Amino acid sequence: MRVWKFGDDVDTDQIIPAEFLTTADPEELAKHAFAKVRPEFPSAVRRGDVIVAGRNFGCGSSREHAPRALKGAGISCVIASSFARIFFRNAINTGLRLIEADISDKVSDGDEIEIDYRKGIIKNITKKEEYVFRPLPEFMENLIEMGGLVPYVKKRKQMKEMTVRGS
Amino acid sequence: MGGRTIAEKILSEKAGVERAEPGDILECEVDYVMVNDITGVPAFEVCEEICDGGSILNERIVVVQDHYVPAKDVPSAEQSKRLREYAMKHKTHYYEIGRGGICHHVMIEEGFVAPGRLIIGADSHTCSYGAFGAFSTGVGSTEAGVVFATGNLWFRVPETQKFVVEGSLRPFVCGKDIVLHIIGEIGVDGSRYKAQEFYGSTIKNLSLSDRITIANMSVEAGAKTCIIPPDEKVFSFLRGRVRGEFNAVHADEDASYDEIYELNAEEIVPMVAKPFSPQNVVAASDVSVEIDQAYLGSCTNGRIEDLRIAASLLKGRKVHSSVRMIVVPASQHVFKQALKEGLIDIFLNAGAFVCGPTCGACLGGHMGVLADGERCISSTNRNFIGRMGHKNAEIYLASPAVVAASAITGRITDPSSL
Repeated sequence: MRVWKFGDDVDTDQIIPAEFLTTADPEELAKHAFAKVRPEFPSAVRRGDVIVAGRNFGCGSSREHAPRALKGAGISCVIASSFARIFFRNAINTGLRLIEADISDKVSDGDEIEIDYRKGIIKNITKKEEYVFRPLPEFMENLIEMGGLVPYVKKRKQMKEMTVRGS
Repeated sequence: MGGRTIAEKILSEKAGVERAEPGDILECEVDYVMVNDITGVPAFEVCEEICDGGSILNERIVVVQDHYVPAKDVPSAEQSKRLREYAMKHKTHYYEIGRGGICHHVMIEEGFVAPGRLIIGADSHTCSYGAFGAFSTGVGSTEAGVVFATGNLWFRVPETQKFVVEGSLRPFVCGKDIVLHIIGEIGVDGSRYKAQEFYGSTIKNLSLSDRITIANMSVEAGAKTCIIPPDEKVFSFLRGRVRGEFNAVHADEDASYDEIYELNAEEIVPMVAKPFSPQNVVAASDVSVEIDQAYLGSCTNGRIEDLRIAASLLKGRKVHSSVRMIVVPASQHVFKQALKEGLIDIFLNAGAFVCGPTCGACLGGHMGVLADGERCISSTNRNFIGRMGHKNAEIYLASPAVVAASAITGRITDPSSL
């Protein structure tokens, strides 16, 4: 996994500018991810790459198109010191992995890393370092593991229907 | 056990639990859910996937066409068309152009917003409704779609920060200056994941319009919601307008707050947030840059009160020869009222361009997008890189009074110096 490094307060207008919000298709959106601030991103990003950023990643507009664009681009995880709350929810609800860890001072653009989600360890292959992180609360881990909010709600609905029929 | 904040009380009630604490995750029943032409279609897709032909909670759904309206190009026309079709099919509340306006102002004008309600919207400035004592917050399309289908959503109960503003405001200082001042102090993540509550004599004396501006921009400090305790101003606005019953919720005297901020209103001057962050706040009198565009509008500052203050400065004056001024009333009602009061005449005679309600250039959509290197003084809410157009364009956020004064002089101007 290769690192794309960003700074603090990366807003969702940077992730996907508003002029491209006439579709919600992840693949289409991915073609314009970071169009204004990092125009090379859509063509150079590789499936599985990781974003490492500083504070307040995903602030600003509530556009779910932002995590959709990153998923469409093949980003496997965003690691940031902190996340803005709407982006945080949108990412979890659409099944994009997030890690809250303050490692942006330790990682360089282009570093190769590996993540063990279960153990909470990030391995920096390039720099031969390891960083630990705290896994998300159980409720959110479950949501991501099920693929996001829609599969979660559908499963709960099925369970409810089964209970009603059974009683 | 200590007392509780407004956010804690509303979320507990909506989850049907006795007492929720900050950090608890609750499943709450939502009163209303709003979507617009950018966020609406994916929400309906999610909803139909979950419902699988079953019924949806159409009475709780409000659909507003506001971002790319009137359509700016074929893809936005197609998007609007699909949204219109979904709204008709499911018989939701629906606001077409010419009968609505900017979604948050429509929600307020049309009586969906009331104290004690839990309202979500697939637009980050949904937090505006806290000016009426509601718990309201922005969500993504997927969450909106789930609420269309089930009426419920998970919430983490937030910690609450208390802001106390005391004293009289100086001339030309308004809600926008208060909220910019606060964001300048606490930063763009100063309220991240938290609820804000506002108190003090300054807030009591503020118009509802100014309170909406404060709640509206709480998200620029990362807040989940911003709640101003409802008072007689709120109740009298709602009389004859509000849909259904509501219960005003107030905090307990001994509620526990994460932080308490005390502000002296007399120290607040007309402010400007320089590019590229809403926390880059300085006094308007300390900025002296020439501008190309002055933008008056948006959910933050496009109300009749905002148009009145701008018109009072522009009356008998002209927009500077090197500046284009764009005036966008927040709703059809605001537009009609401004016409009635003669404000539109004042803008037109001053040489401003006036158009019907739209989110328009606020998000770089259309109707005033900026070119490379251009500078705009704007009554909107975000001055991020590329927000209103070219990545090298600069946005300076300010109050309607500063926008109007700057339009007249051609450079960023404190209105008290006119």
